[in-house]
Amino acid sequence: MKVKIYHILKILKLGLKNIFLHKLRSFLTILGIVFGVASVIAMLSIGEGASYEAREKIKQLGSNNIIVRSFNPPSSIKTSQDAAAIGLYGLKFDDLEEIKTIPSIKNVVPTWECKEDISSENGQITGRIVATEPSFLKVMNLELIYGRFFTDIELKNSRNFAIIGYSIKKNLFPLENPVGKTIKVRSYYFKVIGVVKEKAVNLTGTSFESEDINFDVYIPFTTGRVYFGKYEIANKRGPVFNWEKNLVEYHRFIINLLDTSKILTVASYVEKILLSNHKSSDYEILIPLQLLQQAEHTKKIFNIVLGSIAAISLIVGGIGIMNIMLATVTERTREIGIRRAIGAKKRDIINQFISESVILSGTGGIIGVLLGVIIPKLVTKFSGMTTIITFWSIILSFTISVAVGITFGIYPARKAAELDPIQALRYE
Amino acid sequence: MSENNNVIELLNIKKIYKMGTIELEVLRGISLSVKKGEHISIMGPSGSGKTTLLNILGCLDKPTYGQYFFQDKDISKLDDNSLSEIRSKYIGFIFQQFNLIPQLNVIENISLPLFYQGIDENLMMEKAKDFADMVGLSDRLYHRPSELSGGQQQRVAIARALANDPLIILADEPTGNLDTTTGKEIMKLLCRLNEEGKTLLVITHDINIANYSKRIIKLLDGRIVNES
Repeated sequence: MKVKIYHILKILKLGLKNIFLHKLRSFLTILGIVFGVASVIAMLSIGEGASYEAREKIKQLGSNNIIVRSFNPPSSIKTSQDAAAIGLYGLKFDDLEEIKTIPSIKNVVPTWECKEDISSENGQITGRIVATEPSFLKVMNLELIYGRFFTDIELKNSRNFAIIGYSIKKNLFPLENPVGKTIKVRSYYFKVIGVVKEKAVNLTGTSFESEDINFDVYIPFTTGRVYFGKYEIANKRGPVFNWEKNLVEYHRFIINLLDTSKILTVASYVEKILLSNHKSSDYEILIPLQLLQQAEHTKKIFNIVLGSIAAISLIVGGIGIMNIMLATVTERTREIGIRRAIGAKKRDIINQFISESVILSGTGGIIGVLLGVIIPKLVTKFSGMTTIITFWSIILSFTISVAVGITFGIYPARKAAELDPIQALRYE
Repeated sequence: MSENNNVIELLNIKKIYKMGTIELEVLRGISLSVKKGEHISIMGPSGSGKTTLLNILGCLDKPTYGQYFFQDKDISKLDDNSLSEIRSKYIGFIFQQFNLIPQLNVIENISLPLFYQGIDENLMMEKAKDFADMVGLSDRLYHRPSELSGGQQQRVAIARALANDPLIILADEPTGNLDTTTGKEIMKLLCRLNEEGKTLLVITHDINIANYSKRIIKLLDGRIVNES
């Protein structure tokens, strides 16, 4: 056994020697593998980082939540002549009461929202008023950096308190703690009692929650009713200046469940209730957990695509190695003949040439791993993208590089071993 | 078995090469026995089948017909692996072109046959040094073949042929690429080895070289025409 190990070491040493004899050629040969391995690691780390970000963002919406949102269906759009007509769409009080009766629901938090200009003594900015209930904070996983959220009693008493998003704070109270300060919306004054911690901007590219919640201002639901009523006035963009007035009771229900496993069942109940209560589909049901699963699915596809690209580059690298090994075999025909005459078996010759191709591809693999670890770091540094290098991607790609060396080394090695020793000895 | 001390016994060996439809009979029935410790020269003009005979004797090639007894064992039907083993254990080759491996230094070249026997490294290096010493190259151990003269290269080749302690040394025109003086030195070295007990078979077309041996076999057109 000891002799065997020593034998292998000796063969490897011999391989290294032959490779060092042609430094430039060997280096060029392994470049294919280097790039293949580096791209596997780099692309997987970028993919992993992207899916991590997506997961985190979806988690912010709450994987325990079902979100029902009022949706202004295109059919209800009025013509410009009809400016005075009042539209009516979205979630109703009856919906809320009925949904609340579904078992295994912990909590249904309603919101009413409108876009408003918000001002302080320092300036003015457009934000979104979100009238809601105290449990909104917990259900949406929001954190406060200053002050507190409003309480049930303050909700009941319709206090004009506001909790502002981070961007509102940054614009209206850049240097001071806004708690206790006053903001003005329309002609109403609100006392700021809390500031929400900055949240990563939500997923772009999905229609879902693409708004920047850092521009939200949270007020008690009842306060919203008192000051803003139920009417949503929207400026429809178009060639003609055109106001649209709609009555919307609720913009969102955030349905918080006790148990994630019931999420699809509950969603189907919700859908049934809404289907029977609404004539047109003026609502949409969103399940963050499902989006999470979709994100996972997307990641899987992404990985397959990346994997195929990487596989192609590794195959190309392998062909490069095979090519150079074939040239080496021809070049060293005489040496092979000598070795055979001295007593080398076919197997010895095969081992020798395969070990050389494995050394080539393995070296390429190691350099590729180093490069593959550096590239994502640079990507993160220059683009701010999250990248996550997983240990298994390093192991996988290095193993593949060695496997490529063996696979593409077999043919040249066999060719070397099958040479007729007499012909080989005579080869000039 | 012990009644006969023949290392090699050839019985009616024929070698036919097929080139397309043409059959070329290179050896036309060679019978020959080589005793342990003998020094034999094989002579003949080019094309007479000397090298083919040597290749068959050295287990590099197989006869088309006939039987080859190596140490009383018929090896004419053995497979490549077994023949490699015989070469590795019992046969030492010396070539006209020296045939050293250019990337390896002197001691590595000498130890190569031992490497294929899977011998422990320290022992291998020790042995290789001894053989380098024997051929008078102990001060050139780490030189590459390209840094040596022809005579020195052939000495390395001889040391290599000795490394596996073979039963028989087969030399194909060992002085063919050397000047007369160096050739003589090499022949002296080979004769010394023969005196020390090694069986030696030399192929040559030079009668002066052949005259070093007591037994000279002349080949012509694949047949033994004269033996003295």
